Amino acid sequence: MSGADNSGMIKAIDFSSKDHYRTKAFPSPFFTRQQAVNELQEWGRWADYLSPRAYYCSSMEYFAARNASAVFDLTPMSKYRISGPDALPCLNRLVTRQVEKIKPGRVGYCVWCTDAGQVIDDGTIFHLSEGEYRLCSQERHLDWLLTNTVGFDVTVSDETHMVAALALQGPTSCATLKAMGLEGVENMKPFDIEYFPFEESQLMVSRTGFTGDLGYELWVEPRYAEALWDRLFEAGKLRGIQAMGDEALAMLRVEAGFIQAGHDFMPAHATVRTTHTRSPFELGLSWLVDFDKPVFNGRKALLEEQARGHRYNLVKLDIDGNKPANDSFVYTTGKKLIGTVTSAIWSPSAKASIALASVKTPHGQSGEEFLVEIYYQKELKWSRVMARARVVSDVFFTPPRRRQTPPADF
Amino acid sequence: MRPYTDQESDDSRQLNLESGQKALTLKKYDAIVIGAGHNGLTNAAFLAKAGLDVLLIEKNTYIGGATVSLEVHKGWMYSNCSYVCSLLRPEVYRGLELAKYGLQVVPYGGNVTLSQNGDYYGSYIDPDVSRREMARLSPRDADAKVRYDRDIMRQCRFIRQFMLHTAPDPTSFKPRDMMEMFQMGKALLKLGEDVIYDMMRFYTMSISEYLDEYFEHPLIKAAKAGSGIIGSAMGVMSPGTAYVLLHHAMGDVDGNIGAWGFARGGMGAIAKAMDDCFQDHGGETMTGSGVEQILVKNGKVTGVALENGNEYHADVVVSNMTFPRTFLECMDAKDLEPEFIRKVKNFKIRGSSGKLNIALDSLPNFTALENNPELIKGDMHLIDSVERLERAYDDWKDGSWSKDPYIDMLIPSLTDPTMTPPGKHFMSVFVQYVPPKIHGKDWTDTQRDEFGQTVINQIETYAPGFKDRILHVEIRTPRELEDEVGLTQGNIFQGELTMDQLLFNRPIPGYAQYRGPAKGLYMCGSSNHPGGGVMAAPGANAAREILRDLRKPNSVPEGWLDD
Repeated sequence: MSGADNSGMIKAIDFSSKDHYRTKAFPSPFFTRQQAVNELQEWGRWADYLSPRAYYCSSMEYFAARNASAVFDLTPMSKYRISGPDALPCLNRLVTRQVEKIKPGRVGYCVWCTDAGQVIDDGTIFHLSEGEYRLCSQERHLDWLLTNTVGFDVTVSDETHMVAALALQGPTSCATLKAMGLEGVENMKPFDIEYFPFEESQLMVSRTGFTGDLGYELWVEPRYAEALWDRLFEAGKLRGIQAMGDEALAMLRVEAGFIQAGHDFMPAHATVRTTHTRSPFELGLSWLVDFDKPVFNGRKALLEEQARGHRYNLVKLDIDGNKPANDSFVYTTGKKLIGTVTSAIWSPSAKASIALASVKTPHGQSGEEFLVEIYYQKELKWSRVMARARVVSDVFFTPPRRRQTPPADF
Repeated sequence: MRPYTDQESDDSRQLNLESGQKALTLKKYDAIVIGAGHNGLTNAAFLAKAGLDVLLIEKNTYIGGATVSLEVHKGWMYSNCSYVCSLLRPEVYRGLELAKYGLQVVPYGGNVTLSQNGDYYGSYIDPDVSRREMARLSPRDADAKVRYDRDIMRQCRFIRQFMLHTAPDPTSFKPRDMMEMFQMGKALLKLGEDVIYDMMRFYTMSISEYLDEYFEHPLIKAAKAGSGIIGSAMGVMSPGTAYVLLHHAMGDVDGNIGAWGFARGGMGAIAKAMDDCFQDHGGETMTGSGVEQILVKNGKVTGVALENGNEYHADVVVSNMTFPRTFLECMDAKDLEPEFIRKVKNFKIRGSSGKLNIALDSLPNFTALENNPELIKGDMHLIDSVERLERAYDDWKDGSWSKDPYIDMLIPSLTDPTMTPPGKHFMSVFVQYVPPKIHGKDWTDTQRDEFGQTVINQIETYAPGFKDRILHVEIRTPRELEDEVGLTQGNIFQGELTMDQLLFNRPIPGYAQYRGPAKGLYMCGSSNHPGGGVMAAPGANAAREILRDLRKPNSVPEGWLDD
């Protein structure tokens, strides 16, 4: 953990003292600013940090991300620095995709598996500079990463608390960054990384996010966190910038069709019931599995699975009616139980009831129709509806601005 | 609540032996249960609930056996044997309506292992705090714990199914045994290959080796290794100790697997609630005289003769005494077959632990804890490496108590306001290793006091000024546990929890289904499957078997449902 600094500004959290137990959840480096705009004072917890569930209204915060721009604090996300001469081969062994395709200054989505080909977690690899990588994920993986370094000339370190990060997502996000003085930011393509001078340090910007929209993620040393927040909100003031909590992000990511550990799959290292894990194929991530690579964790098991057939399909469902299908069972139209919904919302942008669901194979082909059992209540009276649902292959909401370079100002 | 003290034991529910003697010798009971420990009480209560006329006999003037609260020092209630509760089967809790009879189990916070260098490793109620504490010592271990917890839980989920269940005999061709073995095999296959491989390793490995597969920090390993040896005359490096850890991990408080709690009012509150249930269903509890002999005629039990000369008759006699005590001390050898006797003698029931119960004038101040208000409420351990734990075992092998012992201590009065006067404290100090004999000879009072001094000195080094706060100490070596509680050699589990004495081999092959060698004779103590730890499972399982033999409607809960 980083040491003290004399500037009086927020520094990285430190729990090297035995007294850490007195703080159950630590303030993020952005805490003072978050607290000032957190009208609800509803703090949830994310890993070691306090994380606002919503600042004033999760629905309005959601619309800020789709209509203007919204700021989300992603500091608590696990971040590992992987460097050394063997960083590339080590990562190539770890994840299922070709890591050499992630050039310096680029970000790649990836998934990694146990020897048995079961998903441990998904995340993003940031190729910070030649041979220097950062792996970001929801779960913690120091033990697994160190286990994977055996035989490689590579160092792994946990830099979760050394990097403060904000996501700026939405149609006015690029204009806001331009107004902040980030020259040339409009030329960044999706998954690009650029560095900009910031205070006496530098700001790393990646064109990434968890919303499926135009958006950026901003990475700084924790001591510049407050300055970053202030400059961002100053620049975005006339462009509808809002702070956004966990609840709004949860809606955005389902619309984008992004999966989340603990919701849409169980991380294999934490799964007691061995059949409850999933392979990448069973999560719709076959495009991330590259058998052209001669060696990677789980390759043999995944080849066998490919020959044998998969057990599940993770599908996107477009469900009739307006009731969110949370925790619903999924049936064939002949009422045979074949799976469960893993994430569901009413999508304010797609104007549809949408869901991700895990269903048994061979079900889950595009266009296939299911019935989804939804329980809902109106003024305390509970009812049940068997809503018709269709498997769709396209993401529920994917605006052209997501990929447009340079992006428009709104 | 002060119901189990000597002075108050002669309340209305105790039978007056003088006046009742004649009537009682004439009366024949449906069943007589020997020993009012928690398993005897559970057994008697389930039999009484099923409509049987049951007599429960207890040698002491108080009930509870090792599940007892005693006012040894005036104003202080000691859980003077067992001291924490986790394994008590929730199905028994509900089946005997223990909540209605006043039992309340309150979870306590975390645990801590104090290190000689002034540091510690704490485990907190809050999982995030707990993880950060682990990361403070080893960031890698903090992440490895996810894998460790998963693997322990996998084994727990399998073994838990067989707790409230008679162990099937794999050699039997009875349809019931074969069906049970089939079910067991099915459950095993459902676990998946990796878990099956792990199981075989788990049951045969030492806890030290097992922990090495997950953790690197010595203090973290020491903290986890302790529960691999509690109640066992084995060292952390002895094969088979990994299973003992599992035995301690499979309990729960309100579904929180692995959590431990205090019975409000001390462990005797469990016995009291069970006894109230038993008597509410018409059972009779008789304290103050033990069984001299279990009476057998023509291969059938007929009743019991007490030390005070009284005889009581029944066609069913259930012993909650240890396996050796039942057959070597309370039966006529002529009623038993020689091979059986030899096996009883070979039953492994070596005492390995002792206990100090301490009344404190004020709260001790552990230097390392710096008044940490959370960890002092939890389980505190004094030993900081696996190597020191193993050395402690060396002393036991050498025929003496550990000079640098493993100490598992708690201050229940920080959680339970009924134990002591306000501001005063009760400290329960479990100590290992303590042998049943000193260099082959019986313990002397002087040696007992020296042992107590060793322990107090050890605590004093971690909490200066501790000695000055002591108002009273009760020192219990295996000698006291055997003489007072009846635990042979002072073994707290009524027999060690090693693979050779588990499932269909507990206590010995051929006798694992609670039936003794004479017709009508049953065994319900922790010497039987699934063993000790205040589970009440042997008592319930035996009751189920008895009711089955009597062809009575069976209301004893069975199995464990969870997917």
